[in-house]
Amino acid sequence: MRGRLALVRKTIMLKISKLTKRYGSGDPVLKELDLTVEGDQLTSVIGSSGAGKSTLLRCINRLVEPTSGSIDLNGTEFTTLNRRDLRAARRRIGMVFQGFNLIDRLTVMENVQSGRLGYISTWAALTRRYPRDDIRHAYELMERVGIAHYANKRADELSGGERQRVGVVRALMQRPEILLADEPTASLDPKTSEQIMSLLRDLASELKLPVIINIHNVTEAKEYSDRIVGMRYGRIIFDDLPAKLTTAEMDEIYAGVPAMDRAAVGAAAGAEA
Amino acid sequence: MMSTQPLQNTLDHWSRFTLRQRMMRYGGLALTLLLVGWALGSIDVIWEWVWDSPRQMGDLFGRMMPPDPSNLPSILEAIWQTVNIATLATMIAVVVSLPVAYISAQNTTPNRVALWIGRFILVSSRSVNTIIWALLFVAIFGPGIVAGIVAIMFRSIGFLGKLLGEAIEEIDHKPVEALEACGASRFKIVLYAIVPQVMPAFFAVAILRWDINLRESTVLGLVGAGGIGMILQGAIDTFNWPEVSMVLLTILALVVFGEVVSSYLRKKIL
Repeated sequence: MRGRLALVRKTIMLKISKLTKRYGSGDPVLKELDLTVEGDQLTSVIGSSGAGKSTLLRCINRLVEPTSGSIDLNGTEFTTLNRRDLRAARRRIGMVFQGFNLIDRLTVMENVQSGRLGYISTWAALTRRYPRDDIRHAYELMERVGIAHYANKRADELSGGERQRVGVVRALMQRPEILLADEPTASLDPKTSEQIMSLLRDLASELKLPVIINIHNVTEAKEYSDRIVGMRYGRIIFDDLPAKLTTAEMDEIYAGVPAMDRAAVGAAAGAEA
Repeated sequence: MMSTQPLQNTLDHWSRFTLRQRMMRYGGLALTLLLVGWALGSIDVIWEWVWDSPRQMGDLFGRMMPPDPSNLPSILEAIWQTVNIATLATMIAVVVSLPVAYISAQNTTPNRVALWIGRFILVSSRSVNTIIWALLFVAIFGPGIVAGIVAIMFRSIGFLGKLLGEAIEEIDHKPVEALEACGASRFKIVLYAIVPQVMPAFFAVAILRWDINLRESTVLGLVGAGGIGMILQGAIDTFNWPEVSMVLLTILALVVFGEVVSSYLRKKIL
């Protein structure tokens, strides 16, 4: 039945509905948020710090536990999974981080293969005897992003841009159905940052992979995305093509806390801290 | 404000402390002096013996000179035994302390019960001195090297476990988060994200403890738990002062040797 559902929804990949996240007893960080991402779209989520972008992304794979609402990836409802099933389901979602989140003292190959930890046996993980398919796949991906010659280097010997490529390859090693990127370029210089953005865009279309990127740099967001989602104080207030993002819309997104929510801000800020 | 601190911070006057703070500091100093005086008064010092001590020291030194190397072969054998006690005990303690460190670190402990069990093990191991552990195990295993090894091991578990646990608590959480997002199991996260991060601390702590254990195992023999201390005790009991000084010199050489080896290993590994 699940298979048929997936067939019917072939193009619809991720469907978030009425997602709410509340830390403690404060005002929610996400407020009954709806978002659907499909196909090989690259979607950029913009908004000021504290708008809830990071929380939104982390709720999708439940690194942050949602308070209520539904997250459906190709027919799997994520919010009700038990721990074991959640682990299996997380393998289908790749994630890239602002701080790269690599294991510094391990080699690039070990870092890349750590994306397969959900699949391989504990013994294989311990002895670093990775399956041949995984090694081949790793070399292909590393070749694609230009880091294959670093396979035996320690991750902390690489530059920022190279480290983020390792992060991207690690996520792609999962053969994910969707890729989440939490400010993947915020720790990089402008030029490297553009390289990573165009890499993510190209990978999205090559691998038919929907990508959701949290990003602060609106110029980059407009240049590289198929769609822009503007968040403000836990709600989506803009969702359209990059060309439709006017200065007026921008001002609205970055205007700070909307008047209707202003009273609750103090409480929410306290809870988030 | 101005009324409570007159003249304190006017334009031509500045002082680090307010009058109240200054009084508190003088009070603290007076209290400390009082405590020291009280402590000195309450212990029973026989002052004649204290004044006599330099002469006694010279006398003892005279009797120790020159060191007597006639018993050197058995001294060296005992020193070798001492090194073995320290090394074996450190190795076993390192293995045993790993799970203890894991359950007593805030960020890896499976639950609160395990955390408290881990902490109890650490505290009980650390609060009992090696010599007392040795007395205990000599009673259990009988005199000899086994009691020494177990005693050193029991004392080391607390030390290693505590420092390793702290190293685990100080790791960067980001790689852990990344591997959670990959769907890795708890054990594989430990293997890939935690173990590599605590590896340097692990070696540093193990080497440091080996160095300490080397020195601690020299006194184990005083309570019958094997090693060079046995010979030392025997020599003191028979007033064989030249041999005592020979044993002390050998111990000094051993400590220097331990220092050299551990600093070499530290440089090599870290």
